[in-house]
Amino acid sequence: MQTWSLVSISVLLAVVVRWSVSLNSYSGAGKPPMFGDYEAQRHWQEVTYNLPLQQWYFNTTDNDLNYWGLDYPPLTAYHSWLCAYVAKLINPEWVELHRSRGFESPAHKLFMRATVLVTDVLIYIPAVVLYSFFLTGGSTKKRVSVLLSILLYPGLILIDYGHFQYNGVSLGFALWGILALGLSWDMLGSIAFSLALNYKQMELYHALPFFCYLLGKCVKAGLLGRGFMLLVRIAVAVLVTFALCWLPFLADPSQALQVVRRIFPVARGLFEDKVANTWCSLNTLIKIRSILTGDSQLYLSLALTLLAALPSSIRVLMKPTFWHFKLALVNSSLAFFLFSYQVHEKSILLAALPVCLLLNEFPFMSIWFLQASTFSMLPLFLKDGLLVPYTVTSVGYLFLTVYLLSTLDESSEELGTYSKLFFFLPSKYLACMIRWKFYISIALMAVLSILSVALEPPTHLPDLFPVLVSTTAFLQFLGTFIHFNIVQFNEPSKKNQKKNK
Amino acid sequence: MAASVDSWSWFTALAVGVSLLKCLFINAYHSTDFEVHRNWLAITHSLPVSRWYHENSSEWTLDYPPLFAWFELGLSQAAQHFDPNMLQVENLNYASPSTVLFQRLSVVFTDLLFIYAVKECCRCVQVQKGSVEVLNRPSFVLAVLLLWNFGLLLVDHIHFQYNGFLFGFLLLSLAKHLQSRHLQGALLFAILLNLKHIYLYVAPAYGVFLLRSYCFTKDHPDGSIRWSSFSPLRLLALGSIVSSVFALSFGPFVAMGQLSQVLSRLFPFKRGLCHAYWAPNVWALYNSADKLLAVLGVRLKLVKEAELPRASMTGGLVQEFQHAVLPSVSPAVTLVCTLLSILPALLSIWRRPRGSRAFLRCLLICALASFMFGWHVHEKAILIAILPLSILAVESREDAGIFLVLTTTGHYSLFPLIFTPAELPIKVCLMLMFTVFSFSALGKLHRAQGSLLRPLEIVYLLGLVAVAIGCEFIFPLSPWQQKLPFLPLLVTSVYCALGVSYSFLRLYVTLLRSDGKAKQL
Repeated sequence: MQTWSLVSISVLLAVVVRWSVSLNSYSGAGKPPMFGDYEAQRHWQEVTYNLPLQQWYFNTTDNDLNYWGLDYPPLTAYHSWLCAYVAKLINPEWVELHRSRGFESPAHKLFMRATVLVTDVLIYIPAVVLYSFFLTGGSTKKRVSVLLSILLYPGLILIDYGHFQYNGVSLGFALWGILALGLSWDMLGSIAFSLALNYKQMELYHALPFFCYLLGKCVKAGLLGRGFMLLVRIAVAVLVTFALCWLPFLADPSQALQVVRRIFPVARGLFEDKVANTWCSLNTLIKIRSILTGDSQLYLSLALTLLAALPSSIRVLMKPTFWHFKLALVNSSLAFFLFSYQVHEKSILLAALPVCLLLNEFPFMSIWFLQASTFSMLPLFLKDGLLVPYTVTSVGYLFLTVYLLSTLDESSEELGTYSKLFFFLPSKYLACMIRWKFYISIALMAVLSILSVALEPPTHLPDLFPVLVSTTAFLQFLGTFIHFNIVQFNEPSKKNQKKNK
Repeated sequence: MAASVDSWSWFTALAVGVSLLKCLFINAYHSTDFEVHRNWLAITHSLPVSRWYHENSSEWTLDYPPLFAWFELGLSQAAQHFDPNMLQVENLNYASPSTVLFQRLSVVFTDLLFIYAVKECCRCVQVQKGSVEVLNRPSFVLAVLLLWNFGLLLVDHIHFQYNGFLFGFLLLSLAKHLQSRHLQGALLFAILLNLKHIYLYVAPAYGVFLLRSYCFTKDHPDGSIRWSSFSPLRLLALGSIVSSVFALSFGPFVAMGQLSQVLSRLFPFKRGLCHAYWAPNVWALYNSADKLLAVLGVRLKLVKEAELPRASMTGGLVQEFQHAVLPSVSPAVTLVCTLLSILPALLSIWRRPRGSRAFLRCLLICALASFMFGWHVHEKAILIAILPLSILAVESREDAGIFLVLTTTGHYSLFPLIFTPAELPIKVCLMLMFTVFSFSALGKLHRAQGSLLRPLEIVYLLGLVAVAIGCEFIFPLSPWQQKLPFLPLLVTSVYCALGVSYSFLRLYVTLLRSDGKAKQL
């Protein structure tokens, strides 16, 4: 079969799966007074459409910031404003100031879901298609397999089309950035990544590797010659993009400052809910929040995050190859997820994106991580009534990736890092051990999923299952983090080096 | 994957993949057929057998043959663990989340039989020698064409019906015939007939084929019948198998003296010539010709407008359709037309049987002929032709061409079944997926013999795209939406009727031509 037909079938399948998931419930459906992220996005449309731009980020009589106040950077606000225009054309009730609060109807749901699909089809999906065709090695079949495996990653689908968010936009822009960097279009790449940052501040998880990779490239080209010119060009591209995004807010410094204050809500505490990072998991043993003051919590988490992210970033600064860049993206986003301040469970998607890009090189570890990342959001999915799509897409994904990428057969090839750690074991036993670890962890995730659904938690431990889920996922994330750091500090095998040239 | 050239792991992947996809449609729109089957679950579970075909508290009375009723009884045993309330007859239009879950899952799980049948069919496909890549193997293509069939996904898993499981019986029976296990094939078909009597459409092909090729053991060298080779023993075996299935199914009702009641439920001739929405067949063309003539007649002052039957122009959706100019059609006429149209095909395989593949072709002609000329045909019935034709399509270039025209028009004609805007992206994308696959995979399969479609066919199919865009996207926004609400349905069924009729004629030509060739030999 021709490549074009395989690609179009894959993309169509991805759209069908996305849209089928979107037929299910969304966060906060029919739950006044606060509803959920769906209402937040609708509310932003209402606010941006009806209020002058100067009031968007301020608490006024018409803009109650305690009710889903805008706390994302300007591009998100512009996007909401654009959606609001379309909404107004279809049904003005959807964005009427004050009176539309908590508006829910089947037609409105259809509209909101359609806006997600449109952004996905315009931004995220093309980037994935181009990435898997230009930056993945191997036969056509292999590339199509990688394409399908990235497109059908359940975590992103369930959050965007089930729970309701626009992660496809920020991740899509970031992927366009990665894609451009991989093709050596450094300026375009930095513009795309700046857009991602201006859509969602969480993209900072990826900022360090981007910065270090580009800087390293400039240094390598010679900071006194061509490298300097490159650096200037990139800096100008980034500054101009930022300036354009922030233009309306720059006239008045207090405006810009307020936006920054909204984007980084330091006052919200070290962590909320149950999230599979260090702080929340540590909390089961030590109650950090009662020991340390708010400020020292902030500094501690900042220091630890930088400490965890720096090694891989410095490595990419010294060796600016695309292979190192991709690994650094994984390591940095995982470091941020595990150690930084105010992490949401959905932020694991930021680590999942670069891991998806490693599906071709490290299928076994990547799939393991991607499964665990979907699993880590289980409590959220259960709250949103997404049990059926969660089950179907996760089981399907496990099956699909294991079949398409023949993961289990190739697991032994990836064991380079393990054989260094456990040099005393023969590699045959090691392969067996790793595979069993994989089976056991998958089984553990399945059992915990079933238990969370089927059993009532004991009355004195109401959060038993969410805590178990997040701790299990945390251990897996920590393992992945350590694994990919070790991988990055080992020289890439000859096969990989060839691919990069 | 090189190691797994001969393994069937790809088949498992396809089957599991599509089953999971089906599970994603659980919360999608479902038609009134959902309530029909819930009601049947309730009837069979809570009433004695003697009441099954008398119960009428719901408008959706039990109108499938008895074996299907027993099948519903079996399902209801599992249903009571999901939600016992769905099993109460008086709970009309009951659709709690667990009821939906159960009913949807029951379709997905009974499809296991379909999956098994597809596997058997794939085994029967002639395999080329040498290790061709999996994607280009006929058996792989056939498996996708059957398992991922757009029409079946749409009708069973969104609209809601149990066709997958029924087609499982049909395909399994066909596979048994292709493997020359005729008695098993006959048994399976007899069961199928007692599950859903719509398969009576293809029963003539079965009857003639079994009588001719199974009960007569030898032919003359030119393929014509050798009367002396008749085997009474075989006829007896065949007869006893078929009649025991019927006895099992209808026996209890005969004993209770309810046969006429059951039959009146099974064959409700009170319904109109065409279904609510016109299936793309000859009567759709006939009806629209009638409308056209009426309009022309009024314009040319040949007919007075007052004399025309009322509502004939606005009632695209009215079941009782009154013809204005052309004579009205009675059930008897449709029956005669159908029989006349299948007669040449039956005679052809009676004179020279030419093996199971000619039988398959004859079966397709029977299915299409009943679809073209039958009384109150549902558009879903086109699947009876599309699915078995897939088997022929992977084996010969000409059939592949017919298949592409028939499936594209037939599948498109299913679009009006799912009219809710929320499901629009799903039906469009699924249809595109299936169409892209069938065009590129069949094209690659028969690459050596040249292009699959003739220029005119390509023009016709491109026209279908225009019709689709017009009906689905442009029309709802146009001012005609208010004045002529039935226009898209009319255009769709008339345009599709052309393609279906064309495929029917070409299929007929291939059968009769192979008859001619056999004669020359």
